[in-house]
Amino acid sequence: MSFFLAALKRELLLVFRHRSDIINPLAFFLMVAVLFPLGVSPDPSFLSEVASGVIWVAALLACLLSVDGIFRSDYQDGSLEQMLISAEPLWMLVTAKVITHWLVSGFFLALISPLVAMMFFLPEPAYPALIISLLLGTPTLSLMGAIGSALTVGLRKGGVLISLLVLPLYIPVLIFGAGTVQAGAMGLPIQGYLALLAAILVFSLMLAPIAIVAALKISIRS
Amino acid sequence: MMKISMPRWFYQLASPRWFYNFTSKLLPWFGIATLVFLCVGLVWGLVFAPADYQQGNSFRIIYIHVPSSILAQSCYMLMAVAGAIGLIWKMKMAHIIAQACAPIGASIAVMSLATGAIWGKPTWGAWWVWDARLTAMLVLLFLYIGVIALHAAFENKAGADKASAILSLVGLVNIPIIKYSVEWWNTLHQSATFTVTEKPAMPPEMWIPLLIMVLGFYCFFAVILMGRARVELLEREKRSDWVKQLILVNWTQ
Amino acid sequence: MLLAVKNLFCERDERILFQGFSMQVNAGEVVQIIGQNGSGKTTLLRILCGLSDAYEGEIFWQNELLDEVRSHYYQSMLYVGHLSGVKGSLTAEENLQWMTQLDSSLDKCSIKKALKLVGLYGFEDVPCHSLSAGQQRRVGLARLYLSSAPLWILDEPFTALDKKGVSEKEALIAEHVSRGGSVILTTHHDLSIPKQTIRPINLDEMART
Repeated sequence: MSFFLAALKRELLLVFRHRSDIINPLAFFLMVAVLFPLGVSPDPSFLSEVASGVIWVAALLACLLSVDGIFRSDYQDGSLEQMLISAEPLWMLVTAKVITHWLVSGFFLALISPLVAMMFFLPEPAYPALIISLLLGTPTLSLMGAIGSALTVGLRKGGVLISLLVLPLYIPVLIFGAGTVQAGAMGLPIQGYLALLAAILVFSLMLAPIAIVAALKISIRS
Repeated sequence: MMKISMPRWFYQLASPRWFYNFTSKLLPWFGIATLVFLCVGLVWGLVFAPADYQQGNSFRIIYIHVPSSILAQSCYMLMAVAGAIGLIWKMKMAHIIAQACAPIGASIAVMSLATGAIWGKPTWGAWWVWDARLTAMLVLLFLYIGVIALHAAFENKAGADKASAILSLVGLVNIPIIKYSVEWWNTLHQSATFTVTEKPAMPPEMWIPLLIMVLGFYCFFAVILMGRARVELLEREKRSDWVKQLILVNWTQ
Repeated sequence: MLLAVKNLFCERDERILFQGFSMQVNAGEVVQIIGQNGSGKTTLLRILCGLSDAYEGEIFWQNELLDEVRSHYYQSMLYVGHLSGVKGSLTAEENLQWMTQLDSSLDKCSIKKALKLVGLYGFEDVPCHSLSAGQQRRVGLARLYLSSAPLWILDEPFTALDKKGVSEKEALIAEHVSRGGSVILTTHHDLSIPKQTIRPINLDEMART
């Protein structure tokens, strides 16, 4: 456990030293969302109808954008090698990395999502649904994304490839996440939807670290 | 790593040379079976089976659409299982089979989508409808594309094999979740449409040719899979003595 | 005998690097791997430290298969590769603190002393990206002063170091060996440590035979 805390501390310290990077996914999130009224229609009734989907798609893309970097810098400077030949459990380290990624992507996205929701005229009862669904759904995105990141970390062309690998896996989270917000907007109970999102999260929290560790070993050792 | 002892044939299968010789004997039989099943199934299904009372003759595309949909899914399963075997028992042959599965599965998924679209035009009046099954098949195609792209991106075969095995396993675990979520999404957004493939009581003269077609598709898949695996195997083993010998013998004949 | 390699086979890009290669490393000796560029020195070291699976053959650590004693092996081995593993945005001290977390054979208490010994006294609070290449290299090599691992695997440890740095590292290697430790290293530099402790292995000759 003390190793997990030390790893978490190191990751948070690294993020803190690159504070400006935190803004990037958030700005991307806002920009993607803004494209829809510009590209389709600023009509409030249209926007409030598509708000749940657009916000979720934008959040998903913002997570995807930053996921490539989870292992990239550690791979480039040789830290990842040292982590692989450490006797300490790699899954703890990987989990610390994913948690940190989520803190600077999904967590902040959830916090600023009401801003976009307001611009999209999302009905007010849907706000809690939006925030809670993002808080429950985005950690799964980080976990799945980390699998893609670990598989492609040794490759020169990571970027587009990661999207191909990871986007299909994001579909259930998108469906249930956007569904939660829609249910919230219609004043329906959302507990069932949140339970589904939580179930997917617990499931991926159990299995994804195993896949990430295996993928990292493959990326480095072969 | 896990160590589970397996029967002898399992390890024999792992030897490329044994696999090559074994499939040499197997291939003609599967080829004949494919020909027989597909001919019988097609003629029966397209000519002799009764027309659907609602859709008329357009329902006959079911004899291509349903077998290809089933096969696309089993092919993914086989790819993931072969990948897992390759990872656990460090078996190169399993990786070769997994690699051979990916493009076949992707093509069959495309066929399933295409026939679905062609069927959709007379039935729903549109080439594409966001039907749960079609959408799930589209996602399956995406999963195939991911595996193929990842395999192609690696420069060394060993890394490519293992990485795509991991990815196909992750995909396999996710498929039930994806299917469930897509079905759920479908019921949320559409009032229950007329689902063609879920006809409760299909008369035997309709489903027997369908069954024959499914068998024919599986045999066809086996033929293509063995063919691709053999080519890949020769490529990978080209410097081993038995492959040199084989080529030399064929050359002099 | 600490480490033994039996019948190693390794090919890369359709070119055979090793075939039937065997070697062993005993306590108290320096094994110097020499060979031309591209002869597989780095590949060999990566195989030995468990960072590459692209080989056939067997590796033993203290007479047990490496695969079965991996975590014990990792605790008893220190690897310094081409990449220093030093994070640019962390300070020298933070970097070393993290390394002691990863590797329990490193002494947590003498980080300051080690930094002083590699000549980074006064730089411990500077983020490493503002250090020179040689200084960054020294941060990575400071691990040698903290290590109690019996086996060191060093890939070109002297690159980017000045003369003084090189002779200090040589002294350190000599001391490690005299205490019964072993070192496997690659370098093009003539080591100025007692000749009887050095055993050269020439990969070019291996390829020819």
